[in-house]
Amino acid sequence: MSVGIVMLVHTAFGRAEQVIRHWAASDCPVVIHVDRRVPAKTYNGFVKRLSDLPDVAFCARHRCEWGTWGIVAATQDASEMMLERFPQVRHVYLASGSCLPLRPVQELIDYLAARPQTDFIESATTTDVPWTIGGLEHERFTLRFPFSWKKRRWLFDAYVALQRKLGLKRRLPAGIEPHMGSQWWCLTRQTLSAILQDPERATYDRFFSKVWIPDESYFQTLARLYSRQIESRSLTLSKFDFQGKPHIFYDDHLQLLRRSDCFVARKIWPYADKLYDAFLTDEAGAMKRAEPNPGKIDRVFAKAVERRTRGRPGLFMQSRFPAAAQENGLTCAPYSVFEGFSDLFENFETWLAKMTGARVHGHLFAPERAEFAGGHGTMNGALSDSAKLRDRNARAFLSNLIWNTRGERQCFQYGPRDKRAIEWDLATDRNAQISVITGAWAVPLFKSNLNFADIRKEAARLQKVESAHLDVLRSQWSRARIRVWTMAEFVEAPMEPLQTVIDEIGQQSARGLAEVPRMTDLTGFGQFLQNLKNQGMHPYLMGDFSAEPMVEASEPARKPYVVK
Amino acid sequence: MSLWQSYRMRLRRKHARARAFRKHFSLTPVVNRTRAIRPGDILLFSTFRNERVRLPYFLRYYREMGISHFLMVDNASTDGGRDYLAEQEDVSLWSTGASYKRSRFGVDWLNWLQSRYGHGHWTLVVDPDEFFVYPFCDTRPIRALTDWLDVSSIRSFSAMLLDMYPKGTINATPYSAGQDPLEIASWFDPGNYTIEKNHFYGNLWIQGGPRARVFFRDAPGQAPALNKIPLVKWHRRYAYVSSTHMLLPRGLNLVYDEWGGERVSGMLLHTKFLDTFPAKAREEMARRQHYANSKEYAAYSEGLAEQTELWCKWSEKYINWRQLEILGLMSKGNWA
Repeated sequence: MSVGIVMLVHTAFGRAEQVIRHWAASDCPVVIHVDRRVPAKTYNGFVKRLSDLPDVAFCARHRCEWGTWGIVAATQDASEMMLERFPQVRHVYLASGSCLPLRPVQELIDYLAARPQTDFIESATTTDVPWTIGGLEHERFTLRFPFSWKKRRWLFDAYVALQRKLGLKRRLPAGIEPHMGSQWWCLTRQTLSAILQDPERATYDRFFSKVWIPDESYFQTLARLYSRQIESRSLTLSKFDFQGKPHIFYDDHLQLLRRSDCFVARKIWPYADKLYDAFLTDEAGAMKRAEPNPGKIDRVFAKAVERRTRGRPGLFMQSRFPAAAQENGLTCAPYSVFEGFSDLFENFETWLAKMTGARVHGHLFAPERAEFAGGHGTMNGALSDSAKLRDRNARAFLSNLIWNTRGERQCFQYGPRDKRAIEWDLATDRNAQISVITGAWAVPLFKSNLNFADIRKEAARLQKVESAHLDVLRSQWSRARIRVWTMAEFVEAPMEPLQTVIDEIGQQSARGLAEVPRMTDLTGFGQFLQNLKNQGMHPYLMGDFSAEPMVEASEPARKPYVVK
Repeated sequence: MSLWQSYRMRLRRKHARARAFRKHFSLTPVVNRTRAIRPGDILLFSTFRNERVRLPYFLRYYREMGISHFLMVDNASTDGGRDYLAEQEDVSLWSTGASYKRSRFGVDWLNWLQSRYGHGHWTLVVDPDEFFVYPFCDTRPIRALTDWLDVSSIRSFSAMLLDMYPKGTINATPYSAGQDPLEIASWFDPGNYTIEKNHFYGNLWIQGGPRARVFFRDAPGQAPALNKIPLVKWHRRYAYVSSTHMLLPRGLNLVYDEWGGERVSGMLLHTKFLDTFPAKAREEMARRQHYANSKEYAAYSEGLAEQTELWCKWSEKYINWRQLEILGLMSKGNWA
């Protein structure tokens, strides 16, 4: 009878009764506090049902509203009753009606008996912990909170703001240093009675009764005054999410709880029959004797909180739709955009696919259709190649494409002939790696069989579009990794830029480029540009090409060579 | 939001509730067992027409999930569905011969029933071909979800419509009463959905899936909306505005996170595309009682005449909610 349980109950009385009987079966006295808001009928029924247990007592009732003094007052009364009625009790364990003992009670008794002077109470100074919600850390102790946070949120916030503005502050009683921590503790008789019988208790009570969430600071602060040995952790496994609500355990957490080796867990969903069945039968639920190890549960809940606060970057869905600039990435993985390469090289796409193992698409934003790799009509995620579907929401098309192909690098071609709706999204996306050969759009015109007047018109249009596009890429808002070469530059020494671009994709072999793509025959291209100039259309984006036949530049096209 | 705007919203909501009041006169009670509803019960509301073959499995699915009472409106069924439901102990049934279209596709009827019987309850509004899926639905009953939502002060829960379809032509495998329709229509489009925000009501407008891909590829703007908010802790002041796509007051439509995080959300598996569908499409074409003059059905009957297959190489076969979670179609949020 060395461990006494103080239990705060306000709901799920059937479950509370089960747990109380479980404690009582191991000779642990239980003092119960029932919230005063519980109807008399329910309360009386509860008392009556437990009347067969000799070592179960009920203390005076207080109103327990979350974040208010009532919970502390309840704990004080119940603890006093415990210390007075059950003199053999050495440790008092504070639990709630939705706490569930995970290990046989005898193990807890033995564990505490082996540590007779130790107080288990999580207690940290306000400056050191990032737990608090709503920005109230030290201010919990220095402001006043007369309005209910749950029911009068607006007044609560307004009054806090007013006090901040006026610089109103309460003075802390002498000799205490505010500490905070989990509400669920286990204190020795010595410490607990010292707190409860302190001559200054009236002063402390008056102070803490106006502190915000005193149940997380009253005992945590005062224990520091008297405890001989504090273990600053709670024996109750209780996890809180980012809004300060406790995580709830369900039937499917059974294995997780079994492996936690914790003594008591909170909070259990009242309808979790499997959990109650498993843990309230001593032998079957027995776990090996071990130090509590809630690491795995920590990870599960930490992940849940991260999912809620950060989400999966690059995913847009029904419950994650970040406002512009909040999305933490339009796409979920890096991808490459090539502009002008497939105009300049005849087999660029197949070559790139071979060199990098990436999926290489054609012009995804071509006016006619999305040119998926291999010419397919649909691709991962059942994404359609229909231009109308794509243009309905080009942004979503891109983020879907990258999301659907997670784990596989995507490359696609882009150019001034394509739909422009996407260009800002590309330029501002950190995951985009954009390589541009300016002016290469002239090559298909050069090879085409159009009338020169039409060529001139089209060249003028494309040049205008590409020039505007380059302005976008060079704008201060662009965050993509962008490389731009003029066509003349590129043709002169194509190996180095190609190598750079391939390196960035980072999937080819370390031996360097085994093969180069076949450059289209540019004989006469200089003259073609000169003709455009002569017609009054000045092509400037491709750089300087002389009107002479370009022998050197087309050399690699005639004779592919191997670089070590 | 300006005062003027919130006043307009208020007028709209009042209007919706007034409509609901007006239209409720066309509802005739068949069996009213709503006395059996206890505080805290989770209620299901639905309208149907000629869905007899689907009802047995529908009831079984939702009973197992933990629905306590079904409040159903029969819109002039002729296939015996009404008699079948009237015999069920946990069903309250109303019937009406009035126009589906002029009750705004059943919304007015259900708004009325919800304000009358759903106040203070979690209410789920689904069609007989929609199957609600939420995180952990294989291990936790729906009460676990609603309890958690209560604790988290969340009043409404999003579940996007996911169109399910069979492999092969739609009428290849016949569906029989009591069968799990997902055995036949077990495929879906995993990643071709597009989202826009409706700034007026604050809800998301989601389109895509097989219907957009196959039937509306040349008019994607007209593709059906897939965003739904079927599970709401109802208050008699609330009103659905257009099907279960959006609600008033507008705060109920904020089921998504705008700061990069993910809120918890579920899925409505839509098993419309069974062998019963072609007949239904023909009937609806003739009745012209659906949205936008049944444009949707017109597109279907055109598409279906050519024996269109919805299945494609990239269709995904449904396994469980975890698969949908990994694909990013729904989310656990911070529920663990």
